Amino acid sequence: MSAQKPRTLFDKIWDAHVVETLPDGTALLYIDLHLTHEVTTPQAFDGLRAAGRKVRRPDATLAVVDHNIATDDSRRTGIVDPESRLQVETLEKNVVEFGVPYIPLLDDRQGIVHVIGPELGRSLPGMTIVCGDSHTSTHGAMGALAFGIGTSAVEHVLATQTLLQKPAKNMRVSVDGNLAFGCSGKDIVLAIIGKIGTAGGTGHVIEYAGDAIRALDMAGRMTVCNMTIEGGARAGMVAPDQTTFDYIAKTPNGPKNEAFERALEWWKTLPSDAGAHFDKELRLAAHEIAPQVTWGTNPEAVLPITGIVPNPADEGDEAKRAQLQRMVDYMGLTPGQRLTDLKVDVVFVGSCTNSRIEDIRAAAAIAKGRRVADHVRALVVPGSGLVKKQAEAEGLDRILREEPQFRRPSGPRRADPFVEPCHGRRGGTRGPFGRCA
Amino acid sequence: MQAFTKLTGIAAPLPKANVDTDQIIPARFLKSISRLGFGKNLFANFRFKEDGSENPDFVLNQEPYRKAEVLIAFENFGCGSSREHAPWALLDFGIRCVIAPDFADIFNNNCFKNGVLPVRLPREICEKLMEDAKMGGNARISVDLERQVVVRPNGEEIPFQTDPLRRHLMLNGLDDIGQTMQHAPAIDGFEDRQRAAQPWLYT
Repeated sequence: MSAQKPRTLFDKIWDAHVVETLPDGTALLYIDLHLTHEVTTPQAFDGLRAAGRKVRRPDATLAVVDHNIATDDSRRTGIVDPESRLQVETLEKNVVEFGVPYIPLLDDRQGIVHVIGPELGRSLPGMTIVCGDSHTSTHGAMGALAFGIGTSAVEHVLATQTLLQKPAKNMRVSVDGNLAFGCSGKDIVLAIIGKIGTAGGTGHVIEYAGDAIRALDMAGRMTVCNMTIEGGARAGMVAPDQTTFDYIAKTPNGPKNEAFERALEWWKTLPSDAGAHFDKELRLAAHEIAPQVTWGTNPEAVLPITGIVPNPADEGDEAKRAQLQRMVDYMGLTPGQRLTDLKVDVVFVGSCTNSRIEDIRAAAAIAKGRRVADHVRALVVPGSGLVKKQAEAEGLDRILREEPQFRRPSGPRRADPFVEPCHGRRGGTRGPFGRCA
Repeated sequence: MQAFTKLTGIAAPLPKANVDTDQIIPARFLKSISRLGFGKNLFANFRFKEDGSENPDFVLNQEPYRKAEVLIAFENFGCGSSREHAPWALLDFGIRCVIAPDFADIFNNNCFKNGVLPVRLPREICEKLMEDAKMGGNARISVDLERQVVVRPNGEEIPFQTDPLRRHLMLNGLDDIGQTMQHAPAIDGFEDRQRAAQPWLYT
């Protein structure tokens, strides 16, 4: 097959998973790994029960509670919010009834579903991976096709291990050269969203390529793929390479020995062929990317740290002008203010975007020998029990605890700086006009 | 899933574009473990004031629209978060059909999966239907999926299109899973081949 038309990474994974193509072009796509959590599954299990259906591949399904777990000690003492507790208890009942492997709350492996999939070696190159959460795109960093689905689709995958899907278009974003000092995967992806907008990737699967992407470690690649969703794309992915293979070799549940060698053979065939067709292409020069700051209430409102708060009056489009004005007012800013002059109230390192051991190391490296300013509240939340253990083994918690509060592992989006502080928690921990980095 | 064949009922006018799923059902109400019960919080931010009392200005708080079965809106209905709770909330309230110039993709899919019919009609026709709907209880609108027509109160018939497969599933109240289960032999065959080629994916 490969002797014919050159194919992209996406094409190869897609082709390898089409069970059947229906007359209208819809594919019945096989799903290799289905990650599940307490928020988007209760109604799906209910549906199975009502129809007398079983879970087709419990071995290809993994359940973990993550969204409703607070960072305090309530995982031991009992979840306070009755609705959150009910969701967790319901999942615990459902995994028993349907025989789905489950990582319990107090297990070291428990954590944010998008942290633990790769960390345990369950998310692998060439796989199709789904989860009832939009940030499932994270797993694309492994060289997999990974995307979020709704609850009916969760039920469909549980019952049939397949999804009805129309093929996506191919888009490639290449980031060439070396990143400047102080820049990371997050700066790359924010710079990309700043260029393409929050709907720039609609209908596409984005493959990230170029030296700057190759140079990222797995956590950095996961951050990039995670936020692909904020650019409107269906999924983001990075072709597997030696960095990927070395990462998998160290995971507890990845294939071992002969199985690893055999898997490696197939993984090495996955990168896009030379001359493969992309429907859309974007090239960025890595050295032109400065550290990025989102100053408003959506990820499109992003500027380099050297930027200034825009003046809504300069915007020609009426709807956009009104939106800019709302953001400026909400954030308590003045047009023309330099971003470097803004006071920051909270610094948060965590969520499914940034809570891997590499992120905690980066935070500790900055914290070492320094102290947090009096007006700043600093929070570092490891994304899983294993990340926490590793951080403690490396002594990172001691460095961080000297100033910021080093917290317990948590759920992903309850405090995601790109989700919560933008909508939901105004007047909460941040307070009005609070600014969180 | 309840079959959708033909519906004649009250249509509520909601002359807004870009009605997103967080407006349809705000995030704070998503913690239920059932598909039912979301109707009481449908459009909660429009329907209720901060003190929890009803906002009399919102259409669904007015007679006869409390019993609306059809909703007429403008462009890009159902944009935003992928939450399936949006069609669940509409259905639980009693709305089984939304007519708009176009719909956000995931919302559109989610509607068909739950027996809510999204009908796409050009803006100028939606504007006419909006005027019909404002006539309240004197103006019932019919939506006939069998014949693929919307019938205005004055008897005028407006044809619309739906995907043939989705129409078949809706007319018969079949869900996607039942449909896919008919492909079980092909799925079995796929698994046999994959297990042989990539045994590490199976335990």
